[in-house]
Amino acid sequence: MSFVLTEDQEMLRDTALAFVRDELPVTHLRALRDKGANGRDAATRQKLAELGFFGVIIPDEPGGEHFGLVGLGQILEAQGRTLAATPLLQTALIAASAIQLGGSKAMQAEWLPKIAAGETTFALALDESAHFAPLNVATEAESNGQGYTLNGMKRFVPGGHDAEMFIVVARTFGETGDRHGLTLFLVPAKTKGVTVQELKTVDSHGAAHVTFDDVMVGQNGVLGPVDEGADVLEPVLDRAAIGMAAEMLGSSEAAFEMTLEYLQSRKQFGQLIGSFQSMQHRAAKMFTEIEMTRSCVAAALAAVDSGKGDVAELASLAKAKAGELVHLVSNECVQMHGGIGMTDVADPGLYMKRARVQEALYGSASWHRDRYARLQGF
Amino acid sequence: MAYDVTEDLEAFRTETRDWLEANCPPSMRTPMADDEIVWGGKRGEFKNPDSKVWLDRMGERGWTAPEWPAAYGGGGLTKEQNRVLQEELRRIKARPALFSFGLWMFGPALLEFGNEEQKKRFLPDIVKGKTRWCQGYSEPGAGSDLAGLQTRCEDKGDHYLINGQKVWTSYADQADWIFCLVRTDTSSKHEGISFILFDMESPGVEARPILLVSGSSPFCETFFTDVKVPKDQLVGRVNGGWEIAKRLLQFERSSISAGGFGGTGGSGILGPEEYAKIHVGTDSEGRIADGDLRGRIADHKMYAKAFNLTVQRQTEQAKAGQQVGHTASILKYGAAKMNQDRHELLIEALGTEGLGWEGEGFDEGAMKATRGWLRSKGNSIEGGTSEINLNVVAKRVLGLKDHQ
Repeated sequence: MSFVLTEDQEMLRDTALAFVRDELPVTHLRALRDKGANGRDAATRQKLAELGFFGVIIPDEPGGEHFGLVGLGQILEAQGRTLAATPLLQTALIAASAIQLGGSKAMQAEWLPKIAAGETTFALALDESAHFAPLNVATEAESNGQGYTLNGMKRFVPGGHDAEMFIVVARTFGETGDRHGLTLFLVPAKTKGVTVQELKTVDSHGAAHVTFDDVMVGQNGVLGPVDEGADVLEPVLDRAAIGMAAEMLGSSEAAFEMTLEYLQSRKQFGQLIGSFQSMQHRAAKMFTEIEMTRSCVAAALAAVDSGKGDVAELASLAKAKAGELVHLVSNECVQMHGGIGMTDVADPGLYMKRARVQEALYGSASWHRDRYARLQGF
Repeated sequence: MAYDVTEDLEAFRTETRDWLEANCPPSMRTPMADDEIVWGGKRGEFKNPDSKVWLDRMGERGWTAPEWPAAYGGGGLTKEQNRVLQEELRRIKARPALFSFGLWMFGPALLEFGNEEQKKRFLPDIVKGKTRWCQGYSEPGAGSDLAGLQTRCEDKGDHYLINGQKVWTSYADQADWIFCLVRTDTSSKHEGISFILFDMESPGVEARPILLVSGSSPFCETFFTDVKVPKDQLVGRVNGGWEIAKRLLQFERSSISAGGFGGTGGSGILGPEEYAKIHVGTDSEGRIADGDLRGRIADHKMYAKAFNLTVQRQTEQAKAGQQVGHTASILKYGAAKMNQDRHELLIEALGTEGLGWEGEGFDEGAMKATRGWLRSKGNSIEGGTSEINLNVVAKRVLGLKDHQ
């Protein structure tokens, strides 16, 4: 039951696959890169909004029906296929989840319709060092009577250069590394004291370092419980990891298909290179890894929607497996293409560059392997 | 209509639950020790008498082969009913009543390729566990290149005459009958093979167990010298055996991957993480003190989880009528890797405790792990080597071509 899509989800998947194929092929990312857009793309955002992709996990009425994370996962997998730069993971998944899981009724009423309509984009401002470590938060939020004053710096915020709102993880109590003492805040990017330093990244999607310098946030900007923000943050990060795993699965599939096509067309020694056993076995192993990762991603997506199964464990499983997969497949894609794979004009390099970013965000394979072991008690 | 089906299914569940409650002996609802596995056959032994009661009752009802037609002794259940039956069996933790190559490999192939008389003759005794079958496939000169087999089968008018040798015949020394690939035409490799059945008590049949590195002897060398076989025991058409052989290999690989070589556990053996905690020790936070070993154990456990989810996914997709393709080969490959990795980690975590062979001074579970480690080396060889399985995936699934 959990591994088979509903008819609606199947239709959504088909729509998403057709959309990225027709409107967001890899050449689209290449064109954005070449004109220096750094992943910004107002026209695509408009089309995604028209398709309703921003509201896939948001019901029309509170408690109503929606496509679930399984549905959103199909879209993310599709965008991964063509490396499309979209605000979906940050806005449709992370912000929608955080506000649904932690936001007050008023906050939900204000923001969920805007998210669903694609009117507002968000970015999660969390990491402060070069490695994912969600409790290592030093950014300070000090109570000032009417609200809070934020001071600190967030590094490599995905989508941070193109977000209208930030979800900022800050410390209201304790020391860096403590689980207790974290609080989430909604902060408009235009707020006085917020500085966005745009970053040109290897994957051409862009990101930003964001500095908060005496930034004032009212009580109505607090998202979820004060000091216990980790209770909201952790399930949100699990979902983000699962969503990213779905995207990585899509990238892996596409890079693999591209490789397979090359193996079936390139000749050396008068033979198709795909007829050499050293190539065949590596291709077969990659296919095996893709099928196994697909099972992990599907199980993790379904576990979030059904509330059954251990979401944390499955999230780590899916992110680690998908991270290893996309790393393997994108590198083999370059190697099996030979010299052409090293050129900028060919696509394998784009997959390899994006893979590194996908791997790093929301926990690397080794971070999740460590967590998986901890969750299993060893 | 759909409503009625659901209602019928619930009635079936109630009926099944009642029957199992009344008929599954309590000791058959406990974890099974390896030496209590029931393989049936004329020489079958029942260390626990309840296991005979359980086999007889399940066999009588056809529930050892739930989806085979009742006309051949099977349960005659639909897929949905069988799902309910399996759920109910799991619910009471019932042991499998019968382990059988007849059930897993030969029966499904005979249902597809056998004639009516053959199905009526052979299938009911498989269901009841009365006949134990073995598989005459590999030969000394035909391993991965199975179609190179040379065991001769000559048409002598009123019977066939078989001469040759098989090897790696699982449990040939304990089997009653053999399903066997033989050469009926030497002028064509694949089109000269036939699929034939005969009694292991026929004059001229000899099975010699092979001692493995693990100290066990699950396989035999099997010799055929002027073995006479009645003509109605050839399945399908003469020289048409290769198609049957390949189909049967799919059943074999599926049954191996469904069990995963037992790669996620085994009775009396702890997991690698448990042995590592005991013998390597833990840090102040309860983590295995050797970080490198810990990482590799976690990696293996994630692989095992991914493998199990994949088996589950394919089962569900098959039930929903979706195409799952040639997945038996990727799962066979994965199952072998998983079980071998697990045993390597067990032995590494056990340290010198994992280096005992027999006698006093070593933990019994640890010695089982040691034997299992050695035995597991065959997993990437038996039932199609990992290399052959990767060939199958590359060619049949990915469509990569041979050299031209």
